[in-house]
Order: sequence, then structure tokens, then C-alpha cells
Amino acid sequence: MTAVIENLDPLLRALGTTVLILVISAVGSLVLGVLVTVARVSPIPVLRGAAFAYVQVFVNVPLLALLLLAVFALPDAGLLMPLTTTVIVVLTVYEAAYVAEAVRSGINTVAAGQVEAARALGLRLSQTLRHVVVPQAVRAVVQPLGNVMIALLMNTALAATVGVVELTSAVNKVNLVAAQPIPIFTAAGLTYMALALAIGLAAGRIEKKVAIHR
Amino acid sequence: MSTPMVSMRGVDKRFGDLHVLCSIDLDVAPQEVVVVIGPSGSGKSTLCRTINRLEPIDAGEIRVDGRPLPEEGAQLAQLRADVGMVFQSFNLFGHLSVLDNVMLAPLKVRKVSKATARAEAMALLERVGIADKADRFPAQLSGGQQQRAAIARSLAMHPKLMLFDEPTSALDPEMVSEVLEVMVGLARDGMTMVVVTHEMGFARRAADRVVFMDAGQIVEEAPPAEFFDATRSERARSFLSNVLAH
Repeated sequence: MTAVIENLDPLLRALGTTVLILVISAVGSLVLGVLVTVARVSPIPVLRGAAFAYVQVFVNVPLLALLLLAVFALPDAGLLMPLTTTVIVVLTVYEAAYVAEAVRSGINTVAAGQVEAARALGLRLSQTLRHVVVPQAVRAVVQPLGNVMIALLMNTALAATVGVVELTSAVNKVNLVAAQPIPIFTAAGLTYMALALAIGLAAGRIEKKVAIHR
Repeated sequence: MSTPMVSMRGVDKRFGDLHVLCSIDLDVAPQEVVVVIGPSGSGKSTLCRTINRLEPIDAGEIRVDGRPLPEEGAQLAQLRADVGMVFQSFNLFGHLSVLDNVMLAPLKVRKVSKATARAEAMALLERVGIADKADRFPAQLSGGQQQRAAIARSLAMHPKLMLFDEPTSALDPEMVSEVLEVMVGLARDGMTMVVVTHEMGFARRAADRVVFMDAGQIVEEAPPAEFFDATRSERARSFLSNVLAH
């Protein structure tokens, strides 16, 4: 335990980086994921095809491969971003594919009759999606979205492999010096668990709060 | 004669091999109440749904208030805003309170102010007799109350024409009359209405004209008294004797 306490400062800073990556990627992937879903159910074939391809690509390529590609290939192509930013962008586009899949399953829970009613009232398709379909689809998938966010949290640890000093990278460094793997990695594991628990509890509360009254 | 509110000429519609509408000609005058009856599968619901282009047609022409129905897009949305529609399954928005259901289209389509929309919505809910349910959600209402909310939702757009697609067919018998009462009131106030229904009592009381359909064709049309008491076609006679036997 002494190694953890002695290195508390850099460890907390690293935890801050983990939370920063988590929060920005979470917001980004939720927004992007909903947009991808909207494209997937739009009447424009090109948009539908693009959204389908998007989901297929990011669901079927390992995140580590994407991270390595972005960190080493993008600068080669002339796009140089800070490492943490690169990781946030990759996590955002990657998790958005899973968000899109979750939201799409929610869309199927909205009765087709409500879409007809909205259109019969003169709402345009975009308004129908925005005011009738998406709000109900998202409500139906709060818990699955919570699970995607927990997966995102776990995936932030992969940032360590490309040189970002977040929690996993930091405890690894501390252990290299102090050689106390059991307390050090246990502390890190418990921290991840606490964060995951917080996401799960938040999802549960949101689900209750926005539940459609029956 | 003034421009008909609805004018259908040679309207044809097929679902695959099924010829659901065969060369339909029908005019509905302003303030007229036309009740469409007929056996299931006769095409009466489809006919109702073609008028606001929820079902596109294969051939022929439909005009609403003198204007041909536009293609899908902003213009069609504008036309639909002026044509109210009430469905068999109510189709209220499940995540919105009754009040918000009624306010949504005026706010988003007509862009009226929130205060105006709210005041009008409350007045309409009062008119259909469910003002006390304004803050409830659709699933907390009985079928009859939901259908009255759906009628209020349509009326909030100040439609010049209302389409009713079997509005009471999904209701328990004791709730049918509360919905029909609202519809009779609307008819009396001069609303132009096309009503697909099995309620013969409503047809007698509120219709200006009864249209009888079978196998995708209009077989007979007449004022209600004439239609029910001096039915001309054999097909309509046998339909009526089956319906009225019980």
C-alpha cells in the first residue's frame, strides 16, 4: 500500500486523465451514435449505406488496431494531434458504433402508428425523428447504453499502449519502481470498479427518471 | 358549386395482386360529412388513408381543397397539417403527457407561442371532456379517453378536413358513445369529415351521405335515410342485414 500512498499525486493526475478521456468520449459517442442511427433510418439511401458501413467497420476492427493506426498512421498522413486527443477521437468514433446499434434496437420499440400520426400532423421526417422517435428509442435503451459506457471506461485503459499516462499506465510505472504488484494493481482495479459502479447506478437512476409512465 | 374539399378521380391502388381501390371517383363538399362503410377488406380504410397520402396511389388524381396532392416532402407536410387524422389505434405519443401531445404539432409545425398552444390545447381538452387528464400519459387513460385526446390533437392544427379511420373499432362498447358524441359535435359545428366506421347509428345521425364500398369499388352512395331505408344494391342490402341482425 505504501507505494500507492507515496505516489498518490501522479496516480490521481493519471486518474484525472482517465476520467477526462471517459467523459469527453462518452458525450461524443452518444451524440455521434444517435446521429449515425438517424442516418441509418433515413430515407436517403446514401446516408443509410454510409451509416451501415460505419457501424460494420468499427464493430469489426479491434480497438487496439484502430488506436495504433491513428497514433502512427495519421501523423504520417500529415495529421498531428496530441496523444490524448487522438485517443479521445478514436474512442468516440469506436463507441459511437455500439451506441448506434443500441439506439437502433430502441427505435424498433416505437410503434409505427406514432410515426404515421406525427406525419399526419404535418411534422417533417426530421421533426418526427427528433420529437417522437428518438426520445422514445433512447428511453428504451438507457441500460444498454450504460453498459456501452462501462465498456468505454474499460477501453480507456488501452490508451496506455500508445503512451498516454492514464490510470493503467501510471500504476504500471509505479509498479516498475516499487515492485508491489498486488496492492498496486488491486487499487487500480478497485478504482475502475468504483467508476463502473457509478456509471451503472447513474444509468439506473436515469432509466427510472425518464421511464415512460404506464 | 364551390370547390370540393376532397376530389378523387379514377383513383387506383394495388397491394401486389390485390386491387384495393378500383378507379374510385368521390367528391366531398366543404362541411359535408361522408361516412364510408363496407365489409373488411373492401378498401375503405385505404381510401381514407390515400386522402393525406399516407398511402400513395398508383393511378388517378386526388385534390384536397382544389390542390393536387404533392409528392412526399415539405409541401405534403404542409397539406397534412391542414388535414386532421384520427386512427383506430389512437397513436398518441407515449412519452408525452396528453397536454404535450396536443401542443406538439402547433409548436413545431405552426410555430405558435407556448402560451397560445397551451391555452388552445386546454380549451380543446375541455371540449372533448378530458381537461382533468391533461397531465396524464397516454397509457394511463382508457381507450375512449385516448381517442378523445387524439381528436383534440388533430383539432389543435385547425384542420379544414378531418379523416377518421375506424375511430371506435378498438374501443370497449361502453366507450364508443363518448367518442361518437365528440364526433357528432364536430359534424354539427360544420367540420368537413370523412369517417370510415361500422357505427350505423352514427351514420344515420351525423352523415350527409353514406358511401358503401365493396371489393375496392363504390357500390352505392346516398343520404343516410335513403341508404338505410331504401337500399338499392343487393350487396349493400346483404351487408346491412348481417350488420343489423344483432
